[in-house]
Order: sequence, then C-alpha cells, then structure tokens
Amino acid sequence: MKQITAILEGFGSTLQLLIRSIGYAGTLPRQWGRFIEQCYMIGYTTLPIVAILSFFIGSVLALQAGYSMQNFGTQQFIGSLVGLSMARELGPVMVAILVAGRVGSAIAAELASMKVYQEVDALVTMNIPPARMLVMPRLAASLVMVPVLALIGDLVGWFGGAIVSKYTAIISIEPEAYFAVLRHYTHFDDVMNGLVKAEIFGFVVVLVCCNIGLNTRGGPREIGASVTRAVVVSLILILVLDYFVTQILT
Amino acid sequence: MPGTSHTRNPFTQVETPAVGVSVEHLTKDFGRLKVLKDVSFAVQPGEILVLMGPSGSGKSVLLKHIVGLELPTAGRVTVDGHDAASEVTRERVRMALVFQSGALFNSLSVYDNLALYLREHRLADEAGIRQKVMHALKILSLEGTAKKLPADLSGGMKKRVAIARALVMEPQLMLYDEPTSELDPVMSATISEIIASLREEYHVTTIVVSHDRDLALNIADRVGILMDGKLIFLGPPSELKQPKDPIVADFLTPKIDLQHPRFKQLET
Ligand SMILES: Nc1ncnc2c1ncn2[C@@H]1O[C@H](COP(=O)(O)OP(=O)(O)OP(=O)(O)O)[C@@H](O)[C@H]1O
Ligand SMILES: [Mg+2]
Repeated sequence: MKQITAILEGFGSTLQLLIRSIGYAGTLPRQWGRFIEQCYMIGYTTLPIVAILSFFIGSVLALQAGYSMQNFGTQQFIGSLVGLSMARELGPVMVAILVAGRVGSAIAAELASMKVYQEVDALVTMNIPPARMLVMPRLAASLVMVPVLALIGDLVGWFGGAIVSKYTAIISIEPEAYFAVLRHYTHFDDVMNGLVKAEIFGFVVVLVCCNIGLNTRGGPREIGASVTRAVVVSLILILVLDYFVTQILT
Repeated sequence: MPGTSHTRNPFTQVETPAVGVSVEHLTKDFGRLKVLKDVSFAVQPGEILVLMGPSGSGKSVLLKHIVGLELPTAGRVTVDGHDAASEVTRERVRMALVFQSGALFNSLSVYDNLALYLREHRLADEAGIRQKVMHALKILSLEGTAKKLPADLSGGMKKRVAIARALVMEPQLMLYDEPTSELDPVMSATISEIIASLREEYHVTTIVVSHDRDLALNIADRVGILMDGKLIFLGPPSELKQPKDPIVADFLTPKIDLQHPRFKQLET
C-alpha cells in the first residue's frame, strides 16, 4: 500500500514537473548557453560508449544470426536482420540504457546535491524556478541529442555487422552484398520508428532523473540513494515503455 | 522606527512601498517534533528585528516560513499582506535570505553566484551587473575571490559571499540567518553597519537571526527571543539590559559557574 502511494506520488510529481518545464519552453533562447552545455553533456560525452557498444551489438547480432541462418543457407539475408533489429529495437533501447546510466545518474546526483545543500531553496527564494533553470534546458537537450545518438548507434551497429559478416568463415558475405540487402529491407520508416522510440525514452529518462534529484530529502547519504533510484526507475521505465511504444508504432 | 516607508528600487528608480511581515499563530510540526508553537509577531515596514534564542529553538525554521520554503502546520505568515508561500508574493516582493549554511551555488564562481539573480531577471546589462557585483564584493572585502569556486573559500568567506549575493538582489525584505557567526569582530561590526545602513538608505525590512549581542543591542529596533518554539520576549533592546524574566537573563548573560557546571547538573 505504501509503495503504491509512493509510485503514484512519483508519477504525479513527474507530471507536474513536466507541465511546469514545458511552460518555460519559451525561455530557451535566453538559456542558450545552458542548452548547449547540456547538449554537450548528453551527446558528446555519451558518444564514445554508444559507438563502442553499438559496434559490438551489431557484431554479435551478425554472428548469432549467421550461426543460425547457415542451417538454412540464408546467410545472404543477414543484412536485413542486423539492419532491422538495430534500427527498430536494439539501437534505441541500448542508447536509452546508456543515457540512463551515463547522463541520468549524473543529473540525479547533481540535482540531489543541489537540493540537499539548499541550492535549490536559494533558487526558489530568488524567484528563479528550478524547473526553468535546471530542468527545461536538459529536457530540450535530450530531445535534440538522443535521436542523434541513436542514429549513430544504428550506423555503427550496421557497420559492425558488416565486418563480422565479411570475416567470419561461416558467413563470408562481402559488405556490398550485406548493405544491399540491408538497404532493401530496412526502410526509412523503420529507422524513424527507432528514433522516435529513442526520443521518447531519452526524454522520459531525463525527466524522471530530474524529478528524483529535485525530490531528494535529507543528508548527503540520500544523494547516493537518489542516484540508484533514478537509474533503476529509468531502466524499468525504458523496458516497460518499449513494449507499449512498440505496440503503438507497429 | 524610520519615518518614511518606501524602498527605492535602484534599478528602476521607482519607489515601492516597504513591506511588512506578519506571523500569526504559526505552528510547525515535523512529524511528532513540535518545532514552532503558536508564534505571533509582526515586523513593521523598514524595521530591524533581531531574533535570538538557543540552538535548535526553531529560528531557521521560522525564517524559512517567511520566505515560503516551509508551509505552516497551523497559522499564517504574510508578507506585505499576502501569503508568504504563494508564488505571487515572490513575484511582487523581492526577498532575500542569507542561509545559515550560505547555500552558495557550488558549480558557479563567486562572481556568477552574485550575478545569477540579475541575469535571470534581466535587471541590468553585463556592464551594469559587473559594476553591482564588484561593488558588493568590495563592501565585504572579497574582491580577490570573484573567480574562485565556493569550495575554495574559507567558512567566513562563504558567509560573506552569501551576504554579498543577497545585497546584489537589493531586496525589500532581507533575512539573515546568523550572518556574523563565523566572522571576526571587525567583520561582524561591518556586517552590523551594512544591515543598519541598508535600512537607513533603502528602508529594507530586516530580520536577523543572531547570537551576537553587540549586533542586537546596536542595530535592532526590537529583539525577539525564541525558546523551545515559543516567543518568550519581544521588545526594544533597552529592555534587555535589565531583563525581568530570569530565563531571558540567564540566556543573555550566562554565568560560567565552575563549582556547579551545567552539564553536571544535567547528569543528576
Ligand atoms: N526539515 C526538517 N525536518 C525535520 N526536522 C527539522 C527540519 N528542519 C529543522 N528541524 C528541527 O527543527 C528544530 C529547529 O531547527 P532550527 O534549524 O530552526 O534551529 P535553530 O534555532 O536555527 O538552531 P541554530 O541556532 O543551531 O541554527 C530542530 O530540532 C531541528 O532538528
Ligand atoms: Mg539555525
């Protein structure tokens, strides 16, 4: 019972924060510096790990698919499998998970520490709403950067699949053939579908992590607890949302 | 008490009426802990009220109610006639609170800490902001720290930056939570002078929480003593020189009794 009220409360306060932040969207041009800084934090610093992980996920996909497809002699279709799985599912979900771990945790830690050390209170007394200065630029940056990360993830993943397909003995497919199949079966819509998913996940992760950070109460120990909670809640939400968003989009 | 009751906003040169504060039957519980018990008093526009009281008596909590950071369990706090916790009040009345802990923005330099309010509310261009910020830093002998981060400052410097940050806001209502607790005697005297002269020049309504008796006796129009969540004394500082209430007398001039130390009396 207690947990259910806690979940409902969390949901309510997140929604409230969302509405407030959207109300401040008009101040974005004035906060351009903060927006760019957050774009850098979300995009640039997450890029290397997104690239590395996507490369290996694409590779493993090709390897596993090659292993099972050789039974039917259908290795030449490997490009379609890697292309579609990366674009529609693995790319966006993996980028969202990385954003939760890399960016969401940092946001929760920063805002929780600001709350615990009364910096948020100081902002409120200065009549500077935290939703405007701390949340809105981050949300805007997530909208811009997460799809970019997902697109890069797709491309690197496809590339990883191509390399594995060429150099694995049981597959041995030239990149030209691999990409020809990939292009034939992976449509623009599939890629867009994945980017929309990434957009939704990234936005929700950043929003939830901001809210958990700002609702931290107590001493420094609670900062750590908030970070853990922010990441766990984000991961659960990504996977639950994934199911529903996939169902709506297909 | 000052004759005129107008705060001149130095940015717009528009005169806004000085604001009063009224606390009516304020009660605050944190769970089962009763922190404030039916506290009532009013601060006139342009008045300086000094609040004293033992550690843990609820002084900081009281200040947070006045700026609207805490909500009363019962009772009412109004600033300029409006509910202290409403956003409308914050839009209408410029209030500044110097937090006991300073509450500086740790990721911003000292300069940016001071400039933030002016920038966010677009009260001046960068040249104007620079002038105001450097002036505030100079008053508090902090010129050398503009580029430093709060983490690189001493305790007393942080406190002075917090005061400077509040000064830059040029508030109508100024609340200080133990502004002199970490400062040397000369700096403490400077702070007292600043508080008094802000009232003289701009009729800033001021509430100071302080254990500093010199400050209280020199600049206060009235002194309040909060003990165990209740306001046990409220009156002009002259009355404190010969307090009638023995509890007040013992709080203000505790005798150091080596024969019967207090902590030993507690044990029995
Ligand atoms: N957010 C809070 N939650 C629970 N209890 C609190 C909270 N804030 C303050 N208290 C309690 O309220 C009481 C009064 O605290 P307050 O900070 O107002 O004391 P104070 O008079 O300012 O003391 P000091 O002179 O030491 O600063 C203390 O017992 C404190 O533990
Ligand atoms: Mg205090």
